[in-house]
Amino acid sequence: MSEPTKHDEHHIVSPKVYLVIFLALLVLTTLTVAASFAELGIFNPIVALAIAVVKAVLVVLFFMHVKYSTRLTKLTVGAGVFTFLVLISLTLSDYVSRAWGRW
Amino acid sequence: MSDSPVITQGALEAAHHEHPPYQRHHFETIGQQNDATNFAMWLFLLTEIMFFGGLFTAYLIYRNWYYPAFVAASHQLNIVWGSANTAVLISSSFTMAMGVWCAETRRKSGLVLALVLTFLLGLVFLGIKTIEYSEKIEKHHVPGFHYSIQSFVNPASDPVAAAYGDKPLALDMAGKTELYFFLYFAMTGMHALHMIIGIAILGYMIFRARAGAYTSGHVTFVENFGLYWHFVDIVWIFLFPLLYLISRHQ
Repeated sequence: MSEPTKHDEHHIVSPKVYLVIFLALLVLTTLTVAASFAELGIFNPIVALAIAVVKAVLVVLFFMHVKYSTRLTKLTVGAGVFTFLVLISLTLSDYVSRAWGRW
Repeated sequence: MSDSPVITQGALEAAHHEHPPYQRHHFETIGQQNDATNFAMWLFLLTEIMFFGGLFTAYLIYRNWYYPAFVAASHQLNIVWGSANTAVLISSSFTMAMGVWCAETRRKSGLVLALVLTFLLGLVFLGIKTIEYSEKIEKHHVPGFHYSIQSFVNPASDPVAAAYGDKPLALDMAGKTELYFFLYFAMTGMHALHMIIGIAILGYMIFRARAGAYTSGHVTFVENFGLYWHFVDIVWIFLFPLLYLISRHQ
């Protein structure tokens, strides 16, 4: 990151990309609803969350242009998600290690 | 700048290089200005992630603590309305993305159309949410003095619970369903508030877009609003499975 970011030409995402992502999101929505009707036991929430994560990543990368953004933006998004995961893990580790199953 | 002597401004005017009228003077290039605003918008969105993240974490912990209550209570949500709203919100994100493209390629009527469609889809989302909320009000599933555990201690009396074949919950566990609905209203309510704010800003943007404000090369406002709108979409992408879907079977 020695150079100031090269960015003067602004990347325009084409409508074709938006349309493909839009259709993918609709398909994934159908998929997650269908999966909720299947009896998967412990995997029901796991599958639902996995599909949600894929959808969120598609939105962030394409609708929110992060795939085409500067390294600063990519780093910011990554740092935010990482911090969020750290906070959740710390909170959960506290709950799990104190009285899990004894409430 | 307001109290700078006129002479300094005149000197600056003479000294600075060519740039578009919307570039602020404290930025070297328009690219630097775009990066700075984009970075700032993302910092704001990170605070929003942390804010909603707290609610999601609370939901995760309480769902594990009072699992039977959360399963029975989530059966009360209507999966058809939830799926429809997901489709509506994803469509509105698509129209918003197309709006950004129209602004970037300077298509004024296209931009106005995209913003109007996004605005309308936002209203459809809130309309469906209203239908869902009024069902909860009718059944006394809103936390507070009038909250009723009837559907959970006696599922046979409730058509929705009966259809799922819910087992009656013990009185103390049935009381915890109120916590589910508290989190349901807190999370979907905060999400709906973000939608309302977004729709209000969209209304303003439609007027500005008609006046040609965003199709002269300065797309920052449309772009950053797009980021906000997509973020609200992402929150719903997680709310929908967590609230509506993952407890269908238990």
